[in-house]
Amino acid sequence: MSSNKKYWKSVEELNENSSIVEALKQNEFVEEIPTDEFLGDKSTLESASTTRRDFLKYVGFSTAAASLAACEGPVKKSIPYVVQPTEIIPGVANYYATTIADGFDFASVLVKTREGRPIKIENNTMAVVNGHANARVNASVLGLYDSLRVQSPKKNGASISWSQLDDEVINALTKLSEDGKGIVLLTQTFASPSTAKLISEFKEKYGTVRHVVYDAVSESAALNAYQNTYGERALANYDFSEAMTIVSVGADFLGDWQGGGFDAGYAKNRVPDHGKMSRHIQIESNLSLTGANADKRIPVTPSQQKLALAKLHSLITGSNVTVDLPEAIVSAVESAASELKKAGSKGVVVTGIQDTNAQTVVFEINEALASKAFDPKTPIKTRQGNDKDVAQLVADMKSGKVGALIMCGVNPAYSLPNAADFIEGLKNVSLSVAFSMKEDETASEAQYIAAAPHYLESWGDVEMKKGHYALMQPTIRPLFNTRQFQEALLKWMGNDTSYHDYIKGAWTDSILGENSFKKALHDGVYVGQMNLESEESVESNESEEPSEETSSGNAAQALAASVSSANGLELTLYTKIGMGDGQQANNPWLQEFPDPITRTAWDNYLTVSKADADALGLVNTYVANGALNSNYAKITVNDVSLTAPVIIQPGQAKGSVGLAFGYGKTKGLKAEMQTGVNAFMLYRDFNNVQSVSIEPVAGEHEFACVQLHNTLMGRGDIVKETTLEIFNTKDKEHWNAVPVVSLNHKETPVTSPEVDLWDEFDRSIGHHFNLSIDLNACTGCGACVIACHSENNVPVVGKTEVRRSRDMHWLRIDRYYSSEDSFEGDNAKKEGISGLGSSLSEFNEMEGASENPQVAFQPVMCQHCNHAPCETVCPVAATSHGRQGQNHMAYNRCVGTRYCANNCPYKVRRFNWFLYSNNDEFDYHMNDDLGRMVLNPDVVVRSRGVMEKCSMCIQKTQKTILDAKRDGREIKDGEFQTACSAACGNGAMVFGDINDKESQVAKLKEDNRMYHLLEHVGTKPNVMYQTKVRNTTEA
Amino acid sequence: MIQVNYRKISHCLLRFGFIVLLAFTTSLSAQEGDPAKGKSLFNANCAACHQLDKKMTGPALRNVEQRLMDEQGLDREWLYAWIRNSAAVIKSGDAYANKVYNEYGGAAMTAFPQLTDEDLNNILAYTAQEKAAPTAPAGAEVAAQTTAASGGISNEIILGAIAILFMLLALGLYLVNKTLRRFAEAQNITLPEEAQRTPLWKAFVQNQFLMLVVSIFFLLASAYYVYGYLMQIGIDQGYQPVQPIHFSHKIHAGDNGIDCKYCHSSARVSKSSGIPSLNICMNCHKSIYEYKGETSPEYSKEFYDGEIQKLYAAAGWSDADQKYTGESQPVKWVRIHNLPDFVYFNHSQHVSVAGVECQTCHGPVEEMEILYQDASLTMGWCINCHRETNVNVADNAYYEKIHEELSKKYGVENLTAAQMGGLECGKCHY
Repeated sequence: MSSNKKYWKSVEELNENSSIVEALKQNEFVEEIPTDEFLGDKSTLESASTTRRDFLKYVGFSTAAASLAACEGPVKKSIPYVVQPTEIIPGVANYYATTIADGFDFASVLVKTREGRPIKIENNTMAVVNGHANARVNASVLGLYDSLRVQSPKKNGASISWSQLDDEVINALTKLSEDGKGIVLLTQTFASPSTAKLISEFKEKYGTVRHVVYDAVSESAALNAYQNTYGERALANYDFSEAMTIVSVGADFLGDWQGGGFDAGYAKNRVPDHGKMSRHIQIESNLSLTGANADKRIPVTPSQQKLALAKLHSLITGSNVTVDLPEAIVSAVESAASELKKAGSKGVVVTGIQDTNAQTVVFEINEALASKAFDPKTPIKTRQGNDKDVAQLVADMKSGKVGALIMCGVNPAYSLPNAADFIEGLKNVSLSVAFSMKEDETASEAQYIAAAPHYLESWGDVEMKKGHYALMQPTIRPLFNTRQFQEALLKWMGNDTSYHDYIKGAWTDSILGENSFKKALHDGVYVGQMNLESEESVESNESEEPSEETSSGNAAQALAASVSSANGLELTLYTKIGMGDGQQANNPWLQEFPDPITRTAWDNYLTVSKADADALGLVNTYVANGALNSNYAKITVNDVSLTAPVIIQPGQAKGSVGLAFGYGKTKGLKAEMQTGVNAFMLYRDFNNVQSVSIEPVAGEHEFACVQLHNTLMGRGDIVKETTLEIFNTKDKEHWNAVPVVSLNHKETPVTSPEVDLWDEFDRSIGHHFNLSIDLNACTGCGACVIACHSENNVPVVGKTEVRRSRDMHWLRIDRYYSSEDSFEGDNAKKEGISGLGSSLSEFNEMEGASENPQVAFQPVMCQHCNHAPCETVCPVAATSHGRQGQNHMAYNRCVGTRYCANNCPYKVRRFNWFLYSNNDEFDYHMNDDLGRMVLNPDVVVRSRGVMEKCSMCIQKTQKTILDAKRDGREIKDGEFQTACSAACGNGAMVFGDINDKESQVAKLKEDNRMYHLLEHVGTKPNVMYQTKVRNTTEA
Repeated sequence: MIQVNYRKISHCLLRFGFIVLLAFTTSLSAQEGDPAKGKSLFNANCAACHQLDKKMTGPALRNVEQRLMDEQGLDREWLYAWIRNSAAVIKSGDAYANKVYNEYGGAAMTAFPQLTDEDLNNILAYTAQEKAAPTAPAGAEVAAQTTAASGGISNEIILGAIAILFMLLALGLYLVNKTLRRFAEAQNITLPEEAQRTPLWKAFVQNQFLMLVVSIFFLLASAYYVYGYLMQIGIDQGYQPVQPIHFSHKIHAGDNGIDCKYCHSSARVSKSSGIPSLNICMNCHKSIYEYKGETSPEYSKEFYDGEIQKLYAAAGWSDADQKYTGESQPVKWVRIHNLPDFVYFNHSQHVSVAGVECQTCHGPVEEMEILYQDASLTMGWCINCHRETNVNVADNAYYEKIHEELSKKYGVENLTAAQMGGLECGKCHY
């Protein structure tokens, strides 16, 4: 029976006499199509010589011509060397040991070069200190091929020759020195014995020279404290591999605290060994990477951090300090203190509070504990900046006392809070020279830009820690007409030796003793016995006014007293592991690198606790395409204010907010990279904690956040975890049970062949690759993500594409928050949900993270399933399995149906929605000839319309096999590596051949902690995880 | 016993006679020397730096003995001393020795203490030979050949005769026919009319079945050719581009038998076989400044010498001064073997590990005057070889275990590359 219902399309239809309804019935388009726009101009049309027929002819001809031309292959040229360098064999990589020392990152690395081009940074395993490249160091190779580099020296924006620059600078310097006007060298921390020697010689030559060392992100308070206590301007060293109980008060030591590089030592004791692992208590405001890894995290505001530290001091050393803290915090500090006392010399306390007293208090606590992890004897040299000198310099510049300012490795016009004063002062300086790779904020204000080389084009040396040296050597001939700072100083001193010879001389004279320079250069590192006092530290020692002697307890009292009653919110300025101090802001890899905590790329933002956000009216919203948006917050410190987007951060201490440095650059970088806001504007007095007031600002900010599902919703089998107590006392079945399915009403483990859909393939012959990821040792630092990026030519897609979930990372590090206080609580809650009544609302609740959640990191890449769901659905068999366990992806065979990605339970397949190379719409490194030089020639650059994914670095395993075949030998354990496993300095990722029963990975496969991701699906992956164990035992 | 004595005497006589003969012959050659032996000695020891008629690293040596005697009054003994140890002669303060030493940029001549007087005499005899007159031009030979080749003349005559015979026959038949018709007409005999048949093409068009079959045939045939055309797009088998320098693999690898890997050395260790850098060319071409081998009308000696000059220009070598000028420019060769970017091919795997001959893939390079792509380089071609070729496991510790286990599994004596995993996609595509 047909229905008499009348369907109406709009309210307007109810109105019987509506003209619109009538018009709509007659016309498809209500408004007339504006053909006049292109047909109306009769005169032009008529005067045009191209008739319609001609037009069609042209179209036909050009189509035919194009298709004919397409049949003819292009002529490719092969151009050999005229004289081939003996060390270069085309197609074979060379490795050079060198050192990055950009003033923020210091690390000994190996550089892989192909046909003379550096293409990848790897860890220098010979290095005792800082041998592990973090995400930024891994990405630094791309900076070499930055198309915006300054390509020749410039004067007021016009290119000049070096000889002209030399002449003019030498004349000016000589004149200034004769007039007795001050010459200032404003530089980054070099930590270089040779540069220190060179600068002292420069001082002798010109007399009125002052050297000011400036770290954009200051560690001045810690340096001062160390100097007061131990008489040398350096940073105390910590070896976390000696510590079983770690209490950190605001120190992000897995991030950039004191220059970073502590994670490898820390990870060593995080893996349960004979039932023991370290215990880590973190007291902090922002949720840092370190806090995310802690066994116990106590969120407190920055001023409470100080009080807590003072309290800790009093509890351990017995000093008499009274503090006013909430009960909960006091009891947490008390229990931390008792654990520390129990650990004795195996305990250590660190702090990131930029306050001399706080740092002194920590020294006192560690000395009281006789901590083995605390190592004041070989201090860290990689931070030497002095806030007071910098402040003084700006004042002097403004008052016209500075005659010449020569800058190197610094960008004060961007990174000084009083940048405007600096720029104004710069105008009073009669000679200003900026050694810079970019025409950045500072360089563009200076009279001369001395084009500086990248560190991969430079010579240099670094004293990482006292007595621990590293050498920097060029790995490519300078790409542009550049000259390094030291080379220029030598020239300006009338010294014709090259800086290489100078370093060699300095090293042979005072560092190497009897040892060979060549060997040191080959190794890249040298550990000396010599006590080389750098001129730099001696001098700053003198310039420092004598500090008031503080006996034990005084510092703690002073610390407690320095806390004024809290008014408003406290802002903690921090550095992100992806961006650091912002030197590499024009690096698309780093811009697209999602922050490990917020999983947000291409931005910085104000992190706010949920409670504060609600109170202030700050909101995060999810939009229809699954992207994250927020409104803005106006952050005001005294009279300076910034408007930044907001992220509501679980774990952020109530009453505190956070904002990252390194963003908001405006000069010397491409438009796409000009992201975020400049937090340095709020960095008043170089104090990373500021009292702020915040108002919401209407508007909608679009974030590029790659993970919006923040919690596990009680699905504990994704990130399996347990506590040390259960791990030690109970069977594996209790905490790492193999999932079961019902077979004939009997519970059968999914690993058993009876419940397998597929026949098992015999993999016992040859190699069978497996990758083990230890969730205990993984700190989530992301070095592997960037290493994967550079090894596998992974494209950068840009912010808007990331928002559409089209990011191309082959390896992602998922971060999960617990919804209850712990993941255990989540599991229990999920189990408790009845399915009746409140289940919907309870599940809803579980989507939100707890106020102070437990955090888990899980690196996920293609799991290389032996029974891969992707392989069975590919209509063209473009993805298939190899005998060695790798899931192959033949890009040339793929037709882009994306069935495989839909059928992948791990969501690790990435689709090339566009052509990302040679495409102006994606103007990143793959769009210019220079940037493409970083591409790995052994891995194809994928084109539009094909699926791609982790290949388990098959190019690397194949190379290892081929090398062994050529040598006619067997392969030893450890030779097989993937880019991620090689980049992991913490030993969290172990790769190898499980058919080699003696290999580490074969043993890890049999480990009780081993599990596979989503094991119940029955995919039999070749990537395995080691259950995370938390040391929750309160001692 | 007496007999023995006699025998001894005869022996002595024989021996004496032999020694006398020997002494006589040696003294003869000591004076004259054997130019043929001298030539081989010269080529082995001297040719790296000396030529007979051209100044190279060292001076030209034609008639050196005569020249020294005439110009400097130096005798053969001086030459012996010089060749055996020139440094000592220079040290002794000999004026001419020092002059020569300085003239050639202070490069001391290698000492040859191992050369005996006889050897040196042979060499000097070789240098004393007159320059050979240029050979007769190649054109004359060709002309002579064509005249000699016209031996089969009788065949043509026979064929011609038969043809004329047949023509006469046909003419005869026509005339007979014509005459007969005339007779018939004269006697009023009516000749039967031939029935009017439908023309063949009309019948063909009318036969629908035949039309169908034929059009299907034509469609299939054209599809076959279109398919064939389309499938060869991007396959450059036989690609033989003109190179900036006419480099003849035939002369180098064929006539002179130079090992491929002497020039393409990185094929042993690298994925790329490498196009030799110009300094490799100059290893030999410093002394090989002209072509002396076979020529053809197309490629004359002058042509080849011109190509060597192109090399000198690119490498920046001044042949007259025997010095590098420093003004070099790389040669832009046209690449012949192009694999797509999405294929990974490693030469060392095939050359060093598998021991595959270069010719297996590159064809008879040693016969190619101009190099061309011999194989199709398609995936089917690769796979076919992987299916047919056994893995070279001899003396390779890497293969020991896997080969033993796998061959047991597949029940074969020798594994093919395919059985070893050489057909897996990811082995070549990443």
